[in-house]
Amino acid sequence: MPKENVAIKSENWRLNSHKDLNDLQKDIIESRDPNRLEVVVCHGTGCIANGSPKVSSAIRESLLGAGINVKLMPGIKTTGCHGFCSRGPLVIVRPHGFFYQRVTPKDAEEIVKKTLMEKQPVERLLYKNPKTGKTILTEKEIPFYSLQERIVLHNIGKVDPTDIKDSIASGGYQALAKALCSMSPEQVVKEVEKSGLRGRGGAGFPTGRKWRSALKAIEKKGYPAYVVVNGDEGDPGAFMDRTIMEGDPHAVLEGLIIGAYAIGAKQGYLYVRAEYPLAIKHLEIAMEQAREYGLLGENILNTGFSFDARINRGAGAFVCGESTALFTSIEGKAGNPRPKYVRSVEEGLWGKPTVLNNVETWANIPLVIEKGADWYSKIGVPKSTGTKVFSLVGKVNNVGLVEVPMGIPLVKIIEDIGGGVIGGENFKAVQTGGPSGGCIPYSLKDTPVDFDSLTKVGSMMGSGGMIVMDKHDCVVDIGRYFLRFLEEESCGKCIPCRLGLIRMRKILDGFSSGTGTKQDIDDLISLSQALQDGALCALGSSAPNPILTTLKYFNNEYLSHIENHKCPAGVCKELITYSINADKCTGCRSCARQCPKQCISGDKKKPHVINTENCIRCGICMETCKFEAVIVS
Amino acid sequence: MIKFKINDKEVQARSGWTVLETARQYGIEIPTLCFHESVASSGACRLCMVELREENWSKLVASCIYPVSEGINVYTETERVQNVRRWIFEMLLSECPSSKEVKEMAKKYGVFKTRFPVQNPNESCMLCGLCTRVCEEVVGLSAIATLDRGVHKKVGAPFLRPTEVCVACGCCVTICPTNAMRSRIDSVRSNTKMQLAKAA
Ligand SMILES: Cc1cc2nc3c(=O)[nH]c(=O)nc-3n(C[C@H](O)[C@H](O)[C@H](O)COP(=O)(O)O)c2cc1C
Ligand code: SF4
Ligand code: SF4
Ligand code: SF4
Ligand code: FES
Ligand code: FES
Repeated sequence: MPKENVAIKSENWRLNSHKDLNDLQKDIIESRDPNRLEVVVCHGTGCIANGSPKVSSAIRESLLGAGINVKLMPGIKTTGCHGFCSRGPLVIVRPHGFFYQRVTPKDAEEIVKKTLMEKQPVERLLYKNPKTGKTILTEKEIPFYSLQERIVLHNIGKVDPTDIKDSIASGGYQALAKALCSMSPEQVVKEVEKSGLRGRGGAGFPTGRKWRSALKAIEKKGYPAYVVVNGDEGDPGAFMDRTIMEGDPHAVLEGLIIGAYAIGAKQGYLYVRAEYPLAIKHLEIAMEQAREYGLLGENILNTGFSFDARINRGAGAFVCGESTALFTSIEGKAGNPRPKYVRSVEEGLWGKPTVLNNVETWANIPLVIEKGADWYSKIGVPKSTGTKVFSLVGKVNNVGLVEVPMGIPLVKIIEDIGGGVIGGENFKAVQTGGPSGGCIPYSLKDTPVDFDSLTKVGSMMGSGGMIVMDKHDCVVDIGRYFLRFLEEESCGKCIPCRLGLIRMRKILDGFSSGTGTKQDIDDLISLSQALQDGALCALGSSAPNPILTTLKYFNNEYLSHIENHKCPAGVCKELITYSINADKCTGCRSCARQCPKQCISGDKKKPHVINTENCIRCGICMETCKFEAVIVS
Repeated sequence: MIKFKINDKEVQARSGWTVLETARQYGIEIPTLCFHESVASSGACRLCMVELREENWSKLVASCIYPVSEGINVYTETERVQNVRRWIFEMLLSECPSSKEVKEMAKKYGVFKTRFPVQNPNESCMLCGLCTRVCEEVVGLSAIATLDRGVHKKVGAPFLRPTEVCVACGCCVTICPTNAMRSRIDSVRSNTKMQLAKAA
């Protein structure tokens, strides 16, 4: 069936067997000319904000203006985020694979003229390896990509997430067809168990074991049972799940349908935070298209298995990502954690057996089923198989989304893929696992990034946030930031969390204003223990992690705040002073002009001085000075 | 009957009982603030924490909701249990300092003062949620609820405005362990209801 003829009547789209799916895949691929020019423009939330829609429409206009024969007209494809967000918006021209970065609408004409018509790269838009200074032509050769292992993200940047045909062409729904047509539910569960896949949403619970428990619970209590996608992604700075839902919604959906088949669920829910409108839109489109193709809804692929799903918009609270809070929220009540010592696979939604998995976990399922547990478990390390997607943010050159095999040394992610710290020094610490994780110092840079090794050093995998810090980041300040975040996000139900977080934060406030004591450190540790032991849900009980790890690895920095009233990183305003290095100051007067308190004096062309009494430590002078003459101590 | 140990002493319980129920049956004291027989347990105050110990692990659980099971080893006075309690009491002494009941209970467990500054000297509510639960579960009205979240949490009628829904039955006032509801009930009842109640 050539592409044009597919869309005759909706009934005709329905796929009734694995063979139908294969035929359709073949038809789509054959109907496409592999040598056809195609311009791919990334349209993730980040780059959309940075103008990628303007880039694609500028390219479209330039193309129309260039008077190319309609038959030879290159296609323009918008895809999900390619992950290299610090370089976006990105434009890739296929089949050559030329990779253009930081593209603006003004570059459109040159891309059309030079690349699309003359088949030549536009040199100035290519990526230059900052370490070697060499210009790189294609995506594959860029270290940021070549060192990754993109299996979960393999479609993102390649397929148009709003077109199911694109997914099908690239192998989408093959795993579902395989499961439904040639595997029993039991075999599916076994395969997932064997793969060693562990949940990507935080705790790293073995997914197969969770599904098995659900089956046991169903045996006891009977149906209905539910499958649920946790797309609440509340960690500050994390955007793995958003990118997957936006860029490859069919993968999440396919995983969910396979899960439903495995446990016999008829209804599923996708709980997505309301702040992710594009993810919701793409999932809605994906579900609609999947229904039209007979991949969702009644009698899927004519196998007799029926399952449907719906989207729930999250209430926008971090704590709603916690399993029991998520269930109460879907049930239409306030999203508070439930105090129950019963596992949610047994008593989940409406008290029924429920499998809740994270977005990325679900997106792994089609891989496990299609390629098999043996293939899957060879990736990564024995107790943490597969890959993990991280959002790499902070003081690192290549901010973005990276997918690496489990067990890779931390330093490789930061230095080789992330391109190291801005300015070229070593990183000071890396916070993994978001506000519930911990801070790993440079001295532990070789720590393998897998569930158990991260826990061993006091941090955790969490959902995959990775914040890189350098010498200008203060551990006390970081701790305050996370505690303030959690204080606002706490549901307030239990006393240790509602009152404890604010008390802990106030102790840190004391450190940063120079009024802390050594007794405060002891209090902090003991209060942390009370939260770990006493809080009702993991928001409260894991909240002390960032504080405890920094106390362990950066004790001297705390002591410096307490004993010397100094903030070595130069962050805690009340503990720092600005001054001017007379040797470097040229007397240009820029700082004096900018200072809001007018406390910088000096004659033109002579070294200036800061009157520290009036100085409010805003740091404007330091930012203004071109000669690095302003110093903070 | 389910057999297990509390503080190394054999105890017996019926299936479905909680550790707290069993302990009380045997006269073993565990402090509680948010627990009341007439409403469902909410596990909010965390004063009733006890330690479960096995050979190579131990964890703290809330005894008011933890269901008994064969052979568990429960300890009610370990260092970790006392640590949680002590901090809760200290925080409550600063947060709801005008509650006599909290002060007495704290004293009983050896906490006489708090290292934290007193927030509002007139505050006595500690947001245990008993009032809202009794209104919902026993009275069946839900005239009051917990509003907002985290540090901003409070109890009252929706939008903190007097509500027609309240029938002035006084259940919330009776159940409140700190007497906080007594002074707050007038802000819950709407005027017409108050007049009705007065007329009656
Ligand atoms: C405060 C809190 C927030 C959480 N937020 C999320 C979240 O945003 N996304 C998520 O997948 N899991 C989140 N979790 C973990 C979930 O409770 C649950 O463990 C997870 O969704 C299970 O899926 P998995 O086994 O695939 O990881 C959170 C947990 C806590 C305690
Ligand atoms: S730990 Fe915090 S978020 Fe969790 S139930 Fe207690 S108050 Fe709510
Ligand atoms: S830090 Fe701000 S207030 Fe202080 S001297 Fe510099 S510009 Fe002025
Ligand atoms: S008013 Fe009383 S019963 Fe209600 S939450 Fe406050 S302390 Fe608990
Ligand atoms: S959307 Fe462009 S790189 Fe992320
Ligand atoms: S009495 Fe158990 S948590 Fe309050």
